[in-house]
Amino acid sequence: MNLKLKALTKSIWVFHFAASPCNNCDIEILDLLTPRHDVERFGIQLVGSIRHADVLLVTGVPNSKTGPKLKEVFAQAPKPCFVVAVGACALGGCTFRGSYNVKGTVDDWIPVNAYVPGCPPKPEAMIAGIVKLLNSLKEKK
Amino acid sequence: MIFFNYFIFPGFLFTAVIGMLASWVDRKVTARVQWRQGPPWYQSFADFIKLLGKEVIVPRQNRRLFLVAPLLALASVTVVATLLGRSMLRPQESFLGDLIVVIYLLTIPATALILGASASANPLASVGASREIKLVLSYELPFLLSMAIVILKSGGLIRINDIIRYQMVNGSILSSASGAVAFVAAILCMQAKLGFVPFDMSEAEQEIMAGALIEYSGAPLAIFKLTKQMLLVVLPIFLISLFWANNLSVMWVILKYVILLVIIILIKNTNPRVKIDQATRFFWGPMTVICIIGVILALIGY
Repeated sequence: MNLKLKALTKSIWVFHFAASPCNNCDIEILDLLTPRHDVERFGIQLVGSIRHADVLLVTGVPNSKTGPKLKEVFAQAPKPCFVVAVGACALGGCTFRGSYNVKGTVDDWIPVNAYVPGCPPKPEAMIAGIVKLLNSLKEKK
Repeated sequence: MIFFNYFIFPGFLFTAVIGMLASWVDRKVTARVQWRQGPPWYQSFADFIKLLGKEVIVPRQNRRLFLVAPLLALASVTVVATLLGRSMLRPQESFLGDLIVVIYLLTIPATALILGASASANPLASVGASREIKLVLSYELPFLLSMAIVILKSGGLIRINDIIRYQMVNGSILSSASGAVAFVAAILCMQAKLGFVPFDMSEAEQEIMAGALIEYSGAPLAIFKLTKQMLLVVLPIFLISLFWANNLSVMWVILKYVILLVIIILIKNTNPRVKIDQATRFFWGPMTVICIIGVILALIGY
């Protein structure tokens, strides 16, 4: 494992993209930063600009308004940038599946590296998802 | 020898390593204040190496200025670190008026941030840049007045090493009434120069994303972060050598540095972010009045 990858796995900066979710996933994501879960222990930080991000966290089901924006934001991210889809909506559309304005799920718009199911997923599940993503990165190199 | 001074000790490498550790202390103490665990000690190093390995995206408006700005900031801080270190370690090699040079060089990181933000042509970056300009205009007045108090108290000395030697003989400037007033003002100006809460409105994450730094990615962002971390070493050491230099053995310098770092972090953690007009009013109102009182006190000999 080279130094670059090691540094990347120790310092994940996350940009949170809300593709019209119901906000339950977003609230659970904010729980990760609170004293109980405190993901800054692992060097994970929420950043305000996509230019700083290593991971793009997508919640909600992309519709005809937010889908093109999602694609644009992913194109603006400096590579390597990984995508994590959080919540049942981002994975399969959930109750919005087949709705008139929904054109597929997150992985129909951009390539997704990790999926975290749940409605909403527990913070522990999200940490587990990030750990699986990091492990898959370590195995690839 | 001169290359050693600029690049290894006390210039670039030494200041960068200490600055990264200091910024880890800042994050760790902030986490503990918020009842969290906080990052491990190597966090700043991991962030830096990771950013060096990322893709660099350059907006097409003004590529050259966008890339030169972070280097300008880093170079000026390196020169300040070297000048300060040399005037402490090897006094005979410093030159007359290096205090003026250091004061000028300390405004360059903010200027570089403004230039880089303007070159990125991002609307949020321009908001950040305009806030930074107003902030610089606000804090420079009390900062220069507090430097003037130091010069008045030491009898018109403008060489940092002469000021240090004056304090070793006559006691620290901090122990006089006017010196204490100037020190308080200088600490608050230092907080604004570092861009820490309550004066971090140019990088306000919650309202204008990352503000001035919004378009920066990869290595230029790493250099800007490194500059901030080096300033976290350079500015406290600068204040110690001007105000509190009655004893400059290594242990005392470390102790005084840690005390100043704790003050910075506590101010950072116990205050909300102020608006830019409030910051300007604060620095041009109470701070300037306090500094003028300090100048009068210094002139009549207190």
